[in-house]
Amino acid sequence: MCWSIPGKIISICGNMAKVEISGVHKDVGLDLIDDSAIGEYVLVHAGYVIQKVNEESAKFTIDFFKKRGTKEL
Amino acid sequence: MTKYLDEYRDKKVCLELLEKVKEISTKPLRIMEVCGGHTMAIRKNGIQKLVGGNIKLISGPGCPVCVTAIEDIDKIVSLAGFKNVSICTFGDMMYVPGTSSSLSKISAAGGDVRIVYSVLDVLEFARSEKAKHFVFISIGFETTAPTEAAAIIQADRENLDNFSVIALNKTMPQALKAVLQDKNSKIDALICPGHVSAITGTDMYKSIVEDLGVSCCVSGFEPVDLLGSIYKLTELKEENKTALINAYKRAVCPEGNKKAQEIIYEVFEEGDTNWRGIGVIQKSGLKIKEKYKKFDAERRFDIKPEKSIETTECICGDILRGAKTPRDCALFKRVCTPTNPKGACMVSSEGTCSAWYKYGE
Repeated sequence: MCWSIPGKIISICGNMAKVEISGVHKDVGLDLIDDSAIGEYVLVHAGYVIQKVNEESAKFTIDFFKKRGTKEL
Repeated sequence: MTKYLDEYRDKKVCLELLEKVKEISTKPLRIMEVCGGHTMAIRKNGIQKLVGGNIKLISGPGCPVCVTAIEDIDKIVSLAGFKNVSICTFGDMMYVPGTSSSLSKISAAGGDVRIVYSVLDVLEFARSEKAKHFVFISIGFETTAPTEAAAIIQADRENLDNFSVIALNKTMPQALKAVLQDKNSKIDALICPGHVSAITGTDMYKSIVEDLGVSCCVSGFEPVDLLGSIYKLTELKEENKTALINAYKRAVCPEGNKKAQEIIYEVFEEGDTNWRGIGVIQKSGLKIKEKYKKFDAERRFDIKPEKSIETTECICGDILRGAKTPRDCALFKRVCTPTNPKGACMVSSEGTCSAWYKYGE
């Protein structure tokens, strides 16, 4: 039930945002995060954004898994 | 291509990680995946079969539907009998059997039971249907609790007086310690819940690593995430080390989501709560604070549930503690199936029995 999926913010109106998740647009609450911006990737759970996706860390993790093993993770 | 999903489903990377796991694995290793979402991902992707015999992946107590006590189900069923009350719930709760009824039976008999995707849907019902009172079944761990707390704050702001919740929320740290201290569980390492950790941060696992000597790896939900986490935990075991690892840094930081934590504790306070199959665990639940008591359905309605009686043959409790598997249950697949579930682990789509039934043992 703690499932959460990444989506991209495409518009913001007050404390609500429209987020694109795999081609579907969904209205979600922004009450749980600060300073969101259009174009950012966020995790959506039960109608709310619960966290922003950290792009740098995402790249770092996949890089380790792909090329260097997990020694320094 | 879906960003942040497809690259973590890359078959080539999965196969490479799998080879690495097999290369280094020589010792028996019992890893508990705490989250029901991880259980589903592991079974769906056949990860248990792929990693081989030394490594046993054991499901933990991280399915909120599964750990909802039968007394709480009976309470909800009783509340559905009140005039002009509509019960709103996440879908899986519909079919969890209480002592003599369930929400699906109430609905079939004409009761007003509505399945929602979010508590925001319930606020919308309350705004547009003033003649009814809407009770939301607030279940879930730290991931879901801030959404429910935010909705209560919003309802308070709007002065909505036809909305309340039954707060059955639970929190992870004390429950994990209870499971790990159970002598039958024998867990070496945890795959920790990624989205609970997105809210709480990783610091809460420090005491598990330091005091209980159990390695913790926070993981995402895709096959690359899970295989990477299993590799890392195997490596620690082979080196006789314990450590706390964050393998889901794209969503989880050490301190977590501070704003969401503040919202949780604006509305809720810690309380003791009953976990199905485990029993009452101190400070493992969230109760609505006095300040928001008008949104607490249990204070608002004089609920008188029937006397709860748990089925004695069902071993969901042992399964939730990692002490047994569905294979040990006399009811599994014979009497207890997804269309005729006897226990909560078969009802919930994230339950261990449901995952074993759907994807094989």
